[in-house]
Amino acid sequence: MIIATNVTKKFGKLTALNDINTTCNKGQSISLIGPNGSGKTTFIKCLLGMVVPDSGFITFNKQNISHDWKYREQIGYMPQIGRYPDNMSIAQILVMMKDIRKKTSADLDEELIEAFELNKIMDKRMRTLSGGTRQKVSAALAFLFNPEVLILDEPTAGLDPLASEILKDKIRKVKKEGKLILITSHVLSDLDDIISEIMYMQDGQLVFHKTWELLKKDTGEEKLSRAIANVMKSKL
Amino acid sequence: MRLILITILCFFTFFPVVAKIIRVTPGTEISSIKAALNIAANGDSILVSEGVYKEQNITINKSVFLIGNGLPILDGENQYEIVTVKANNVIIEGFDFINAGHSGYNDIAALKVINSSDVLIKNNIFVNSFFGIYCQQSTRTIIYKNTLRSNAKDEINSANGIHCWKSDQLMILQNTISGHRDGIYFEFVTNSAIENNNSFNNVRYGLHFMFSNNNRYIANIFRDNGAGVAVMFSNHIIMHRNFFSENWGNAAYGILMKEISDGDVEGNSFNRNTVGIYLEGSNRIIIRRNHFDDNGWAIKMQASCNENLVTENNFTANTFDVATNGSLVLNTFKGNYWERYEGYDLNRDGKGDIPYRPVSLYSIIVERNPSTLMLFRSFMVDLMDRAERIIPGFTPEDLKDDEPKMKMIRF
Amino acid sequence: MGKIIKYVMLDILRNRIVLAYMIFLALLGFSLFNINDNPSKGLLSLMNVVLIIVPLVSIIFASIYMYNSAEFIELLVSQPLKRINLWMSFFIGLSLSLGLAFFIGCGIPVLLFAANATGIMIIGVGILLSMIFTAIALLATVVTRDKAKGIGVSILIWLYFTLIFDGIILFLLFQFMDYPLEKAMIGFSILNPVDLSRVLILLKMDISAMMGVTSAVFNDVFGSSIGMMVALFILLLWVFFPLWLSLRKFNRKDL
Repeated sequence: MIIATNVTKKFGKLTALNDINTTCNKGQSISLIGPNGSGKTTFIKCLLGMVVPDSGFITFNKQNISHDWKYREQIGYMPQIGRYPDNMSIAQILVMMKDIRKKTSADLDEELIEAFELNKIMDKRMRTLSGGTRQKVSAALAFLFNPEVLILDEPTAGLDPLASEILKDKIRKVKKEGKLILITSHVLSDLDDIISEIMYMQDGQLVFHKTWELLKKDTGEEKLSRAIANVMKSKL
Repeated sequence: MRLILITILCFFTFFPVVAKIIRVTPGTEISSIKAALNIAANGDSILVSEGVYKEQNITINKSVFLIGNGLPILDGENQYEIVTVKANNVIIEGFDFINAGHSGYNDIAALKVINSSDVLIKNNIFVNSFFGIYCQQSTRTIIYKNTLRSNAKDEINSANGIHCWKSDQLMILQNTISGHRDGIYFEFVTNSAIENNNSFNNVRYGLHFMFSNNNRYIANIFRDNGAGVAVMFSNHIIMHRNFFSENWGNAAYGILMKEISDGDVEGNSFNRNTVGIYLEGSNRIIIRRNHFDDNGWAIKMQASCNENLVTENNFTANTFDVATNGSLVLNTFKGNYWERYEGYDLNRDGKGDIPYRPVSLYSIIVERNPSTLMLFRSFMVDLMDRAERIIPGFTPEDLKDDEPKMKMIRF
Repeated sequence: MGKIIKYVMLDILRNRIVLAYMIFLALLGFSLFNINDNPSKGLLSLMNVVLIIVPLVSIIFASIYMYNSAEFIELLVSQPLKRINLWMSFFIGLSLSLGLAFFIGCGIPVLLFAANATGIMIIGVGILLSMIFTAIALLATVVTRDKAKGIGVSILIWLYFTLIFDGIILFLLFQFMDYPLEKAMIGFSILNPVDLSRVLILLKMDISAMMGVTSAVFNDVFGSSIGMMVALFILLLWVFFPLWLSLRKFNRKDL
């Protein structure tokens, strides 16, 4: 579904992405793992067209995404820190996003809105919300349009355990529907039962991209956090 | 003025009663004015009926009354002078002078008065003339209620509407003059009056004095002339209650005064002129009770002026109130109303307690370098002007009004 | 695109600064006309407001708004929207609300007290200046990533157009006093939208003085109705050129 070919991006002297080649398919749930500054977020932003690669290209359903914008209709994106116009209320944000994406209410997936009980605080201005509540809004927005691809950047960071569980349940449910899910997270224990594949990045390079089963076999570890620690040690 | 008119009309009426009336009608025995003049005697009246008369150079050398009935047309066919008066006590009334000749070296006029006195030119129309009415060495000539319009494009190929040379005691009253070089031109003319005329759209000056002393012009309107009104090399001129408006251009003035002295400028209104009054080499002029509104420069007084008095005038909405090119000031500004004045009046005597300096730093800069006018009213210029007002360094120290009025002066 | 404009405008109108700006202009306008019994004097004071305050408020407010909306823009960029449309929406939303605030705040007193050619010219020029400095602000914010630096650049740009440029012109005029600079002045005035706007107002307000020497050249060029059109066209270029540059930059910008 998403194919990255020789994607390279430099910010000045820093090479954020170095010749990335990978393929992500429908039904997979991929965990994008790597130390801080390894290029995870940059890669996600490349997928979303927010960062333009210096060389290489990315295709979405066999279409080159540069100079295209329509493909984003099929992506739900939850940013690391969601910030919204200060003066708008949650309800207005939702109305605006629905307005932009022009979906009829029948196609909408409002499960998370209900689960997070956002209905009770619909009229609150974004300015007044806590970081966690904003994350809830971001998550709700990502799932709202029933997209084929979900890109979640640190989804559970800042969420309380209860909300975190709700979100994970939602991710599991969507995974069953056969959608492509891309998650970056540093709280590795969250992901054990959700993910099917792992992409490991370091210093802008894609170190490996393999299935969880294969990684388990290679490292002999059952827990994701231990497996990754193992990989990092062997790298050193 | 009316009294003088009546006196003169009476003077004409007391002529010998034996005078006869000669009628000129096309197609009859006397079909031309020239023929009528041949048989006329002094004191006769010639009544000219409607029609077009193409007679070249009609010369009047008898004292006759030439009266048009139904506005007969006298056509100069673009070549000839139409009528020349060489006799005293002549009246010319009710004609339409068209297409008088134009000439580069001859002063051809539609109507010329030479060496005559007591001529009355009344209610005529002059269309497309070179010189309209030309008075040469004549006395007590009255030019009353005539309309002169031509289509002058430039100064070289045009001539003056009413042109007076070496004459005395002329009265030019209630005429309308447009489209000539100068509306009214005086050279070596003395003791004459110009009143209630309307002079507009002339390519050079609405009114032009050269070497003409002891004249007065009162209650005229001068609008949209190429250069306004010029009074040069003339002394003792009285300029009262005239309107000067919309005289726009690089060298256009309400009044241009050059080398004149003892003039009296009172009760005039200067509205929307590039320069209201421009004085150069002029002395002892009194500028009093005038209204300067919305002009580029209300008064430009060059350093060559002496002992002039500017008092009790209103200065409103002018871009610059006063400009000068020197630092030595020998003129007096006193008791005027300056709309820009920001002072106070603690003792409530109607006069501001701190003097007003009508010359701004920027007006001096513009005077030295006219291109800088582009920056006028910019933030920077504002800052400069304010700084200069606090610490004067460039503006003339003595050019100030010590008794600026707090309220506009009503006349 | 219309939707984004709607939301940007709603957001700006809820922001009290634009409202305060509008009320400030209205109070200023009404009091200027009430203090001066002569409406043309009120217009004169108002002209300074238009030429100094409108560019300042427009450029500062627009750049602060753009920096504060960085995350919002980021969010929208991740949505199925064209970047050009997004950027244009922000420009239109900003210039429309700033222009509207100016029109209501300044235009109403002008139309009430001095609805003459000068007044209408002041309103038109004020709206154009709001747009021009919004476009310049957008360019400044898209070039500089850092907020403090970007706002600093905006203030410098404003200072340049209202003060420094004129200082340079004055300096040049005196350096090259012996040369005929009349025609060059027209070229100079085109290089600064504030100067060009001022000349346009002066041609209505100080027509008498503007007919003198050099300025007659201005009147010949900008005074006729065709010249007026050309001048307005140049002002519109001042809107579109920075806007186009910022659009190009934004299209390639990494968020």
